[in-house]
Amino acid sequence: MEKYRANLLLCAGTGCVASGTQEVKEALKEELKKRDLEDEIKLVLTGCNGFCAEGPVMLVYPEEIFYQKLTVEDIPKLVEEHFLKGRPYEKLMFREPEKRAAIPLMNDIPFFKYQVLRVLRNKGMIDPDSLDEYIARDGYMAAAKALTGMTSEEIIKTIKDSGLRGRGGAGFPTGLKWEFASKSQADQKYMLCNGDEGDPGAFMDRSVMEADPHSVIEGMVIGAKAIGATKGVIYVRAEYPLAVQRLQKAIEDCREAGLLGENILDSGFSFDVEIYLGAGAFVCGEETALMRSIEGKRGMPRPRPPFPAHKGLWDKPSVLNNVETLAQIAPTILNGSEWYRTLGTEKSPGTKVFALTGDIRNVGLVEVPMGTPLKRIIYDIGGGIKKKKKKFKSVQMGGPSGGCIPESLLDIPVTYEDIVKTGAIMGSGGMVVMDEDTCMVSTSKFFLEFTADESCGKCTPCRVGTRVMLDMLTDITEGKGKEGDIETLEDLSRDIIATSLCGLGQTAPNPVLSTIRYFREEYESHIRDHWCKTGICSHLCSFHISEELCKGCQACLKACPQQAIIGEKKKAHRIIQELCIQCRSCYDTCKFGSIKIGPPGKKDLPAPVSKAEDK
Amino acid sequence: MAKLTLDDLKKIKEKQKATFALREGGNRAKITVHMGTCGIAAGARDIMAALMDEIARAKVEDVITTTSGCAGLCAREPMVTVEILNAPPVKYGDLTDEKIRDIFREHILGGKPVEKYALVIGSETTY
Repeated sequence: MEKYRANLLLCAGTGCVASGTQEVKEALKEELKKRDLEDEIKLVLTGCNGFCAEGPVMLVYPEEIFYQKLTVEDIPKLVEEHFLKGRPYEKLMFREPEKRAAIPLMNDIPFFKYQVLRVLRNKGMIDPDSLDEYIARDGYMAAAKALTGMTSEEIIKTIKDSGLRGRGGAGFPTGLKWEFASKSQADQKYMLCNGDEGDPGAFMDRSVMEADPHSVIEGMVIGAKAIGATKGVIYVRAEYPLAVQRLQKAIEDCREAGLLGENILDSGFSFDVEIYLGAGAFVCGEETALMRSIEGKRGMPRPRPPFPAHKGLWDKPSVLNNVETLAQIAPTILNGSEWYRTLGTEKSPGTKVFALTGDIRNVGLVEVPMGTPLKRIIYDIGGGIKKKKKKFKSVQMGGPSGGCIPESLLDIPVTYEDIVKTGAIMGSGGMVVMDEDTCMVSTSKFFLEFTADESCGKCTPCRVGTRVMLDMLTDITEGKGKEGDIETLEDLSRDIIATSLCGLGQTAPNPVLSTIRYFREEYESHIRDHWCKTGICSHLCSFHISEELCKGCQACLKACPQQAIIGEKKKAHRIIQELCIQCRSCYDTCKFGSIKIGPPGKKDLPAPVSKAEDK
Repeated sequence: MAKLTLDDLKKIKEKQKATFALREGGNRAKITVHMGTCGIAAGARDIMAALMDEIARAKVEDVITTTSGCAGLCAREPMVTVEILNAPPVKYGDLTDEKIRDIFREHILGGKPVEKYALVIGSETTY
């Protein structure tokens, strides 16, 4: 990426735009060009800065100088003084440090500060049911440009040069996919959208379809022109009723406005889209299975080649793109491939949307430039671990196909390449954060349960292999693990990865492999000591109250469903082991951390001796 | 609706931009209720109902309510964004029926943001 000596952040919030941001932008661009400063100084339009009353406002980095009430007339002088002579232009500078509002500004809150919105550019801004509001924010301008002013080759070249990679998980270059399909000869081609988001804990695509359905449709229109498709299908799972409803409304509005159908925008190009409801099978996120499902058959993958770009839906050339990928097409066409590459890294340009869930404070949907360190996403944007006294343990990325990343690796930047090195995958963008109370063996068992259940059963390694692995993991969590189990799991994983037919089986062992890699001692503790130190595996633990820490508040006593806890107020309590069912209620209730987790079968600790008796 | 042409697109864009900036139609305030699945699950519909009720009672006609998708901070839903003419947008979170009524009275009618419920002022960088 090119280096600039200064960045000008010109506010393009609605307030500033109304006060003349557009005109100021043009004047600035012109002046920078005239002074030959274009390559040194970068002009960026930002969201609302919060000082609308003084707009248009502009922040100059690296000096952090704040200019206000800019007018077109001021620009030549400003550029000359500040950027040519290096003297900040005092006339326009923010003088009296006005009393700071009691409500924080966007830049004061890390959750907002580190986000840059491209895919989510319209999130929370527009009414998803209003075509006009989408148009107001440059909607369908890219489609108009692509349909009336660009050839198929030009569109493909722009997307190829941008370096956009498929956001479904594997990261295949989108432009290349389009090129393959455009070169296939056929009487009918299909442009498909994959809205079959299935990873547990992921909700990026749902949010995009709900908040900005037109951005997906516009991406499809442009893609269709690029590959020469006249029909499109959006495959959405039926569990997303709101997304389906809003997409349906968007499609109907587009048809009525002539943005879908015959001769779109008088360009001579025709394309229409329909929605296909998926029944929620995880394997239908795999492209060949998804296409079979649309054909009305049982959703099962088939070997590739032939790739869908040659033989896809109904055996016709087809392109399947993820929701998030499609939502980025329009701005890229409008602003060009160079613009796209201004964020992100060389090999992973652009931004990525992540769904933050689990034991994290700011559960939500965030968009950051590729290359942002994982730590920043989890601690700054996500706000760290939800429970104050608990420590971070691991973050799961990539769902059932991904893996668990430990704390020691949190400095890595999020790019396709760096994440793969950890044993996880970028995946569609689900990030499940886990605190120290999480048992990693149970976590990998959870994901295996999911994949074993969702395996379509077509190929043996996946159908039988995941089941065998799941049985072994279940044994381990029940204290029936044997020496050598870890090695057998690793062996089996390698075989399943090497021999499975589709992505589901080829990635299913990842959660197991990555937890063994980073948390091997937990597996060993389960197998050798029959001790689950987090107390999640109820067969492999016992609960005890620390006499020193117990304040005798009786909270655990009331929480215990077994009435297994005895003790008087303000005196240390005790758990009767015969009655305890290891439900963790006391552990979760105690505010003083006085409940300790021991190995199973430990006999009652001696009855607490009262201090009076002691004397 | 007749078939759109490129010129129509530009016209709609300009017209809508004015509405966005609350310049046209004499609207003074716009309240956006964030209604993604997360917002609705957290009670956004009740927030919307309370707002409609307050607007009807106050008999104000220069306040628009609209819906939008998830604002990103699902942990703090239900959320609304309040925009008053010539002032930056303010986002509120963790709303209840009572809180939104307070906000309506103090911020929308009174013009003063309710500090104790407000999350943030401004909007994100789109780039």
